[in-house]
Amino acid sequence: MKLVKKILLYEIHNTIRSKWVILYTFFFFLVGYGLFTFSGDVNKAYISLMNIIIIVIPLVSIIFGSIYFYNSREFIEMMLSQPIDRKSLYIGIFLGTAIPLSAGFGIGFSLPFILFGKVSEQIEGFFLLLLIGILLTFVFIALSFLISVKQDDKSKGLGLAILIWLILAVVYDGIVLLVIYYFQDYPLENAMIVLSAFNPIDLGRILFLMKFDIAALMGYTGAVFQRFFGSPLGVIVSIICLLAWIVIPFFLSHRFFKKKDF
Amino acid sequence: MITVKNIAKDFGKNKVLKGINLTIDEGKVTAIVGPNGSGKTTLIKTILGLVRPTAGTIEVDGAEVKDDYLYRNKIGYMPQIARYPENLTGSEIISLIKSIRESSFYSDEEMRASFKLDREMEKPFKNLSGGTKQKISALIAFAFNPKIIILDEPTAGLDPISSSYFKDLVLKQKGQKKTIILTSHLMNEVQELSEEIVFLLEGEIKFKGSVKSLLEDKKETKLERAIAELMNQSNN
Repeated sequence: MKLVKKILLYEIHNTIRSKWVILYTFFFFLVGYGLFTFSGDVNKAYISLMNIIIIVIPLVSIIFGSIYFYNSREFIEMMLSQPIDRKSLYIGIFLGTAIPLSAGFGIGFSLPFILFGKVSEQIEGFFLLLLIGILLTFVFIALSFLISVKQDDKSKGLGLAILIWLILAVVYDGIVLLVIYYFQDYPLENAMIVLSAFNPIDLGRILFLMKFDIAALMGYTGAVFQRFFGSPLGVIVSIICLLAWIVIPFFLSHRFFKKKDF
Repeated sequence: MITVKNIAKDFGKNKVLKGINLTIDEGKVTAIVGPNGSGKTTLIKTILGLVRPTAGTIEVDGAEVKDDYLYRNKIGYMPQIARYPENLTGSEIISLIKSIRESSFYSDEEMRASFKLDREMEKPFKNLSGGTKQKISALIAFAFNPKIIILDEPTAGLDPISSSYFKDLVLKQKGQKKTIILTSHLMNEVQELSEEIVFLLEGEIKFKGSVKSLLEDKKETKLERAIAELMNQSNN
């Protein structure tokens, strides 16, 4: 654990210096600032923010994670010739990527709320959205690490990262709609709930929509999930599913990392 | 002492090492030579644990190193190509390594001065030339006073002055009875520095013995010619 901490501190240092995180923070700040300047309605701002968070965070996290891992290859190689075990190094690099990015989002997202004094107006929504953003950051960085550990070719790895984002953010909902269309004569509700658990973006969306009564606007999967899981149980289940989306890719990639040649 | 037992490594269908057995004696300079792609770097990286062998074991001072990592406290390594995180500086990397290594011994004043590194250590790596990074690599390999030093084509990117200083450094370490493993394509360098020589060809050891005995055996005074002869023999 001591080794993890040392690696983590250096990684955070290095990540912050790359300036991308600062740009990312600034982006969320600007979006929030703009939304509050042009519309006074907090609920509307929340919905817009959610839509942006659910598209942008996965995309940026998966690409940033891949690029960062590929660029860390030299660092990894160098560190592994020192007395350090692969596990500590890997955990250090993973957290060193996920924490600054989450922090960047958290700060950029929170500042406009604080500036405009809007935190208390919908305090549950604020913290929920913050939590979803951070969970999605971890999920997509875990996925990007899984890709990068397995795929040595940087351009192929980045292509795969974008493809996975595209599938989860766009194609998946299309498939779900198609399933609904073709099987409309059957009771599909339970199947829908299961299908949703296989998409972290949907999970994030559902988790948030359960707090707002506008599920119908946000796609079919959201609507179904709200009807069946508009309860504390639903929140717990979707958070557990999101955590599984972090833990499973992380452990898989860690196993590959331990056997990898540098 | 490093004992390599039956080490094999496949990269897919490509068999890079085909059952290497090798003992590297303590307190000597051993050179690993061979053409490009003969498996020199892979062998070195297997000893360091950077590459996981398909079969075989490696022992350092009598203990198997498979799942151990603390044995690397004894090793200083200088890679073939010095690559570091772009945004960090030399002194940051060194303080990171210092905090990781068990031994608190660290002394680099003399090397810093001779390599003229003082100012370069505070610049991020992206602003440094390949040769300067190579020098920082040398610093990392030597300054912790490890008992085993592994150098993978160390002088390839160095200017003549630095390179000759570097050779003095190796000779000095040799005088202190360090175990040194070195790969190089420059045969005069190998002849100058090393006592033992391992000739690797297509993942197999074709010769192992002292430089002296090889030269006597081939009736040559230059190592380059002796190695060329070895290679011709292996090809026939």
